[in-house]
Amino acid sequence: MLQAEHVSFSVGGRPLVDGVTVHLVPGRMLAILGPNGAGKSTLLALLSGERRPTGGAVRLDGRDLRDVPPRLLARRRALVGQHPSAGFAFSVEEAVQLAVEAAPCGAAERRRLIAESLHAADAAALRHRLLPHLSGGEGQRVAFARALAQLAAGSLHRDGPDGVATLLLDEPTASLDPAHQHHLLRAARDWMERTGGACAVVLHDMTLAARYCDDALLLAGGREAWSGPMAALPVPVLERVFATRFVRMPAPDGRGAVFATTGQPPAV
Amino acid sequence: MSASASQSSANRPITAMPPARRPRLAPALGLLGAALAAAVLFALSTGSIPLPLDRVLSHLAQAAGLPGEPLGARDAAVLHTLRLPRIVLAAAVGMTLGVAGASLQAIFRNPLADPGLVGVSSGAALAGSVTMMLGVAGLGLSRSGLSLSTLLPATAFLGALAATILILTLARRDGRCSATDMLLAGIAVNVLGGAGIGLCSYLGDDQALRQMTFWMMGGFGGAGWTQIGPALALMLAATAGLLANARRLDLYALGERDAFLLGLEPHRFAVRTVLLVALGVGAAVAVSGLIGFVGLVVPHMIRLWLGPVHRRLLPATALAAAVLLVLADTAARSIAAPADVPVGLLLGAVGAPVFLWLLRARGGRPFG
Repeated sequence: MLQAEHVSFSVGGRPLVDGVTVHLVPGRMLAILGPNGAGKSTLLALLSGERRPTGGAVRLDGRDLRDVPPRLLARRRALVGQHPSAGFAFSVEEAVQLAVEAAPCGAAERRRLIAESLHAADAAALRHRLLPHLSGGEGQRVAFARALAQLAAGSLHRDGPDGVATLLLDEPTASLDPAHQHHLLRAARDWMERTGGACAVVLHDMTLAARYCDDALLLAGGREAWSGPMAALPVPVLERVFATRFVRMPAPDGRGAVFATTGQPPAV
Repeated sequence: MSASASQSSANRPITAMPPARRPRLAPALGLLGAALAAAVLFALSTGSIPLPLDRVLSHLAQAAGLPGEPLGARDAAVLHTLRLPRIVLAAAVGMTLGVAGASLQAIFRNPLADPGLVGVSSGAALAGSVTMMLGVAGLGLSRSGLSLSTLLPATAFLGALAATILILTLARRDGRCSATDMLLAGIAVNVLGGAGIGLCSYLGDDQALRQMTFWMMGGFGGAGWTQIGPALALMLAATAGLLANARRLDLYALGERDAFLLGLEPHRFAVRTVLLVALGVGAAVAVSGLIGFVGLVVPHMIRLWLGPVHRRLLPATALAAAVLLVLADTAARSIAAPADVPVGLLLGAVGAPVFLWLLRARGGRPFG
């Protein structure tokens, strides 16, 4: 299990993340919320091991991440970043294949993992397209498919005492149309239920967060402003952190809530 | 890097692109292998003393223990001591430069990268030039019994290695070694090398100047088994190491961040790859001078055909680049026979326009 204890990260004396604790729970989806520059992406970079904290520690099964080789880490966590990589013109299938090549299984099994992941991300139809030719939203779906394939391949190693994997998503819905926004988050929940994994997702859409996430971590200026169950997130706290008015309405089907903003200053 | 990657989407054509359906690898490698065999046979039979192809085949069959008729003593000597080492050298240099170029392109995530670009070739050329200018006596080795032709490969290789170490040291900060920094350091090393070579030409006497000039034009003239042996071994070792890198090169080509997320230690891997490139290119420059264009254009064309996956790209590039240099060398020693046109000049003169045409014909489509 991936845990961050009082992690900080400073650049040139300026703290981007300041003493934040994240306890990921298997089967629960954590929403990481906060205004631009609050440290959300940096926190995910710390959790993924891509950046090393300047204070505190990130641990995988209690082991400091700096002692975990990237090869082992890659089996247990995947990150879908904000900027999908382009560069060389790999086809979508080739790019997803790169995530499963270290898997301890045969070629047929690998092909199955690739096909399943592409299908789960609704990217199967993009299979033969080239990465540089994808639109932003298509690129995000492919990056999500690659992350699912990576963790499916990693789970075949059966590492760690619990083997629980973590899926980290950094604004995965930013370029997606509304139907695909729901599709992707539902697919992430399906993945959690299927594998017992944990998930942390950076979101700006409170309605999506309320519908799909169990817990919330609200960041402001690199610090934790609030954390707890998503359903209990107080609107006044939200309004204070984002400095804008939020209207919260019950969802028509009773799941989560619908949030709207009006561009007006906070109520109080 | 991520910023430039997102900008590249601005060049995306409006029209929908055809989906990538890659040709199968095995037939492609078979085709290139057959082309290499044909090129070698053609090269063996072509030259100032023409050896008919059927007699060459018959001779080779006999040498392999099959029924056949050996060539006469003179023709056999031409075949074994003049043509064969030269052809083997051309093929090995082509293979090494092609695979080194493709590897560097993945490390720099730029399909226009080339062994000449990071300063590896420059370092080798500078060390070689200094050796030629000073001569064996000037280096204080007159009593060692070494000749210039044995000294040259060693110093050129050391030059390549020194340039590589310099680039890695300059580009390294906080234990990290980014592709951008390596590229910039490479440019600096190239300028330094160019200045040093210029100084050598300015200071050298007429004989050294002429020798230096011909060497830097690049060619396989005068290759004998004993001279090329050590360089061949180094080139084969470096190429084997780079071919074994294929899967990790794919990860690295996705970007350092994605490579790390998928389980690669990107910085250590980049350093190891650049060292292998230095080993191969240093050895190649030592025995054949500066031969550009191969490391740039061959991987580029193979990428258009087979796609950018390195497990496919690297072996196909090795074979295609070997074919290209064997044919180019055959042309170099035939077109103005008995004169030997430097193959580096020939490739530059033919290759650069072809490359520019290719660039235009592709009309803004993304590379690879």
